[in-house]
Amino acid sequence: MQIDLRTVAIQPQRQAFDHLIRRFGNKPASRYQEGSYDIQAAENLHYKPTWDPDHALYDASLTRIVMQDWYALKDPRQFYYSTYTLTRARQQETTEANFGFVESRGLADMLSDELRAISLNVLVPLRHAAWGANQHNTFICGYGYGTTFTQPCMYHAMDNLGIAQYLSRLGLLLGDTEALDAGKQSWLDDAAWQPLRRYVEDCLVIRDPFELFVAQNVALDGLLYPLVYARIVDDHISVRGGTAVAMLTQFMSDWFDETRKWVDAVLKVAAAESDANREVLQEWTRTWSDRAASAMVPIVELALGANADEAVGEQLAAFKARIAKTGITL
Amino acid sequence: MDMKVAKKKLGTKEKYRLMTRDLGWETTYQTKEDVFPYVGYEGIKIHDWDKWEDPFRLTMDSYWKYQAEKERKFYAIIDAHAQNNGHLNLTDARYLSALKIFLQAISPGEYAAHKGFARVGREFPGVGTQVACQMQAIDEIRHAQTQIHAMSNYNRYYNGFHAFADTRDRIWYTSVARSFFDDSMSAGPFEFMIAIGFSFEYVLTNLLFVPFMSGAAYNGDMATVTFGFSAQSDEARHMTLGLECIKFMLEQDPDNLPIVQEWIDKWFWRGFRVLGLVSTMMDYMLPKRVMSWREAWEIYGVENGGALFKDLARYGIKPPKGWDDAEKAIDHMSHQFMLGLYQWSFGTAFHSWIPSEDDMDWLSAKYPETFDKYYRPRWKHIKKLADAGTPFKNYGLAKLCQTCQLPCVFTEPDDPTLTCHRETVYKDETYHFCSDGCQHIFEHEPEKYVQAWLPMPQLFQDPIQGDLGEWMKWVSLIDGKDNGDYAGSEDQKNFETWRGMATSNQ
Repeated sequence: MQIDLRTVAIQPQRQAFDHLIRRFGNKPASRYQEGSYDIQAAENLHYKPTWDPDHALYDASLTRIVMQDWYALKDPRQFYYSTYTLTRARQQETTEANFGFVESRGLADMLSDELRAISLNVLVPLRHAAWGANQHNTFICGYGYGTTFTQPCMYHAMDNLGIAQYLSRLGLLLGDTEALDAGKQSWLDDAAWQPLRRYVEDCLVIRDPFELFVAQNVALDGLLYPLVYARIVDDHISVRGGTAVAMLTQFMSDWFDETRKWVDAVLKVAAAESDANREVLQEWTRTWSDRAASAMVPIVELALGANADEAVGEQLAAFKARIAKTGITL
Repeated sequence: MDMKVAKKKLGTKEKYRLMTRDLGWETTYQTKEDVFPYVGYEGIKIHDWDKWEDPFRLTMDSYWKYQAEKERKFYAIIDAHAQNNGHLNLTDARYLSALKIFLQAISPGEYAAHKGFARVGREFPGVGTQVACQMQAIDEIRHAQTQIHAMSNYNRYYNGFHAFADTRDRIWYTSVARSFFDDSMSAGPFEFMIAIGFSFEYVLTNLLFVPFMSGAAYNGDMATVTFGFSAQSDEARHMTLGLECIKFMLEQDPDNLPIVQEWIDKWFWRGFRVLGLVSTMMDYMLPKRVMSWREAWEIYGVENGGALFKDLARYGIKPPKGWDDAEKAIDHMSHQFMLGLYQWSFGTAFHSWIPSEDDMDWLSAKYPETFDKYYRPRWKHIKKLADAGTPFKNYGLAKLCQTCQLPCVFTEPDDPTLTCHRETVYKDETYHFCSDGCQHIFEHEPEKYVQAWLPMPQLFQDPIQGDLGEWMKWVSLIDGKDNGDYAGSEDQKNFETWRGMATSNQ
């Protein structure tokens, strides 16, 4: 039997804040809507930035992408701070359990020398690439326009930092501090890593927040994550007895599957806005994904040797198919 | 199988170094100047970013874990608060005026801080500094959101909250806080850190935060108390960041001292003016008062601030220039503000009122030197007018200070019977100021402050053309509901009716 508890019933005076009623109609708003829409100052900005007097404090013209309403770029995950943090806290528990399991069972010591070397050589230098990604997403959040677009970039930046830290822990676990030193050396000097490092550094001087979004979150992540965590970790290392490595990088695989839905949604809405947008996005995606693909070849070679070209080629084709669904043909 | 090799034991400091600053590198494909283009123009000299001491050591996994715990508690409490009509536990709906001002003026500031910290979290060349700033960037959007969420339920039942996104950009009094945050964000990265990280978060935050949250607790506002407590540990991190930042600048090069001192002078005064509204909340707006503004100033201004500046004296830092003028204003400002709010209450999306006899007795006990002498007679006069059915309304427009954007309602530091007014002519235009402090700030950077958007001139431009009704429409102010005297307001009537429903059988 259902019992309804009785409370004093008071008629609310209104359903939601005015700006949300204007957008979504006269009904209660979700917490995502309350925490995201129109919360960036939009009018009567007081002063021009002293660091860039040609632009406004919040300036949509910093990018070549033009949107009638920047808030159209919503996050299908509907992440606001709370839902974001709760999601990552759960994943963090799993990751912690995975690290604990690998450590307590001594699984790291059971890796063959060859697999350990591949894991360290491929994964440890990537902590620097993840730091680069953190820089880029922090930038997009800082200079991008409209909270629905910029807020997930802050969360993304913190995820990038978290990933850099998980990769550092993986390095420490498999090869101690020497592994981190060696990884940094490779990142700075080894020929295999220079195209990627150059890619990341070239992105550090891009000041169009949307181009940076494409270069980092669409193009580079779109190739790097499937190549490294699916093709190398799962298909190469794991099947040869290196399940431990897959456990230590589960966060990254899950994270990519989750975040690409948001990345695709942003791309799709921006491309659908106008032909001009679509052309710009096409140009950026083509340029940056070609560069990302060639930067990945020498890195994939570290694990797959002569099969690297083929793996990257297949991945690039899969990437193009994915991007085609957002309305952008490469 | 090989023998297990014992791993090196890493100290927390070394481990944190590997988790943060070891991630960065010196770029070679792009120059430092191109990667960090904004870090030099303010003239601050940094020789060694590695000397930055991490103010706290928090890796992302711990961050997610601790913050999620706090989030769970916060939303559980505000859900229960909404479900159980927690708003009926307020001492009185007058209290809500303080919250309405907070949502319209301060929560947007949290968002501005979020954006500002994201920018400096990218623009500073040191990884340690960047990570600390990025964490503050994500915390600040948390604060903006938890505040909006906590106040969302009040919006369903009370007036004055509904248009905060419009009033933020258009109404006159929010431009005080808006211009403050816009000023900090349009400054360079180092000045931003002094403005928000040091001056606001470290020197002044206790004057905002403690009275506000205690006021909420004293007046039965569980929702606000909850976001206050929930934000407290974040604030502790922000304060240590602000302090570390100023010490770092001062330790890196002696040439930084005069620049930093100028910023401290400026941002102390800017902050003091913004927080002036808190004085009115403490002395007038809380039905059940925590302490007077004077008492709060003694604890959080004189004692804490005094100790801080004593500590910074070893770097050559002097207490802020406006400190003495601030001290002289303490016994006057809340009364001057409230008198101003009352006479312009037709143009505010919150209520003000004439203090009751009891309230006035409390005020004269707390301000024995000033209240009975200067302010009680004015309130009495205003009360007489109200009783006669001719309430005092000032439909003349307030003259706003070009710098702080408050109406020029303050008196001379040494003469409480004379309104303080300063003028500067710059490029053939006359600019008005409420104080020496604001005039000095303008004269140091006139090119910046001539740009200020002033809400009063806007009244005479499109689409308003001097029409008060059009103006109200433009700022989304509903006449007769959002504004005016609390006595006789819809908020008052509803609160009393609902409370009656909840506590009696009528």
